[in-house]
Amino acid sequence: MEPIIEKYNESTKGAINQEQSLMVETNHLAKSFGSKVVLKDFTMKLYKGENLVILGKSGGGKSVFIKLLVRLLDIDEGTVKVLGKDVSTLSDDELNELRQKVGFLFQSAALYDSMSVRENLEFPLRVMKDLKNEEKDQLVKEALDNVGLADAIDKKPSELSGGMRKRIGLARTLILKPEIILYDEPTTGLDPITSKEISKLILEMQKKYNTTSIIITHDMECAKITSNRIIVLKEGAVGAEGNYTELAKSEDAFVHSFFE
Amino acid sequence: MEIEKLNTDDEDAAIPVDNNPETSRNAVQQTLMDFFMEVTLLSKFTARFFKQAIIPPYELKEFLKQCYIIGYKSLPLVGITGFIMGVVLTIQSRPTLAQFGAESWLPAMVGISIIREIGPVITALICAGKVGSGIGAELASMKVTEQIDAMEVSGINPFKYIVVTRILATTLMIPILVIISDAIALGGSLMAVNIKSDVSFNLFFGHVFEKLEFMDVIPSVIKTFFFGFAIGLVGCFKGYNSNKGTEGVGESANSSVVFASLLVFIMDMIAVQITSLFS
Repeated sequence: MEPIIEKYNESTKGAINQEQSLMVETNHLAKSFGSKVVLKDFTMKLYKGENLVILGKSGGGKSVFIKLLVRLLDIDEGTVKVLGKDVSTLSDDELNELRQKVGFLFQSAALYDSMSVRENLEFPLRVMKDLKNEEKDQLVKEALDNVGLADAIDKKPSELSGGMRKRIGLARTLILKPEIILYDEPTTGLDPITSKEISKLILEMQKKYNTTSIIITHDMECAKITSNRIIVLKEGAVGAEGNYTELAKSEDAFVHSFFE
Repeated sequence: MEIEKLNTDDEDAAIPVDNNPETSRNAVQQTLMDFFMEVTLLSKFTARFFKQAIIPPYELKEFLKQCYIIGYKSLPLVGITGFIMGVVLTIQSRPTLAQFGAESWLPAMVGISIIREIGPVITALICAGKVGSGIGAELASMKVTEQIDAMEVSGINPFKYIVVTRILATTLMIPILVIISDAIALGGSLMAVNIKSDVSFNLFFGHVFEKLEFMDVIPSVIKTFFFGFAIGLVGCFKGYNSNKGTEGVGESANSSVVFASLLVFIMDMIAVQITSLFS
């Protein structure tokens, strides 16, 4: 199963410096919407194999931050480097090449309503022009097996529950075997049991494919299960940084409020 | 009387009227600014469409799917409307023509009216309502649920995949729908003529085509390509640029219909002027 994607990745590998273990680096990042300052002087680093959780208030710029990483939004100030590439200076082709190595699981899963689960999963594979139909089928089946939803292959997104949609979204994100995965509130709107299942699945996939992840969440159970390191976003900048146990003991009232 | 006066006073107090000319001027300036901003954005969107439509890769499969949705699935509505259009026009025109002893002109008059004007405009308006609002709502919904962003991060050009295919499909399908609608309308007219008299198929269509000229048919077909383009363009523009959450979905659908219908009338007016120059 693995060689299909590896064969493709091998052909584009030259564009990205694989030797550096630094996967994402932002320096003095700033972003505003009109007069509302969302991020200011946000500096962070993410290393290979890490699961970084970002906590912060609603509307505090967490989702904006991960959208800046794949240039879904343009930065106002500072720099963003993903896999050694300065995102703001990339051409459209270079950006598309980079985006294939960065998976994005949206808050709503963002499944294409007009397509079946199979078509949703096949959609990102369109960038791999030489892929045969049998290989596509194999990848779709593997991705669905990973999330335990092989039976849902011919269903439409409207027929799926919230948890199933998140799983399919994760399967679609994983199908290109990205090096970095960005999770935008992966457990929002789910019951505690399903949330825990999704959190465990994230961890499982990280171990299986050795991915590096940034997880935006308010769910402390999810943060506890998935994180190696946590950044608390406060007023658009890094308010606190550490692992779960360290931050849980923080005396800072803002940081502590997340762990109550 | 006293109570009425008091009520009147209360209303005046509740709704303050700003008669300041400066405020009115600012409101007019803002409206004009918004209008020109919209026109600028639409022009940029149109230019982007032409650029993306030319550059490969071409999304043929999605284009054919949209042709099926826009063309085939609109056929029943367009067919019924066309049929009723033919029947009503015939029944309404007959008494007036009969007054002047010109009943024999009925097939020709109905044929020319439908093919030159009523068929294209009514069908385009029906499609502006059905197709334009559908595209506007669908794209706005995709925007709200981050499906367009998801396509973009997959390395796939959403503009090419979603917008270009839909505009091309409406540009191609609306003329076909108009031709079918015209044919059904003439069929309806034949049926309506036969309610009070006995006219054969051959005689009816012989009269229709005897009076129809090249300058009746070709300009009316050409203008329907522009109608189709306008309906697709406006629907995609309103949906793709929607940014007010779920409220924006309804707004996009609504403004797509209003703006596309208006454009159909404006284009028709221009088309009539151009046609009259050549005829």
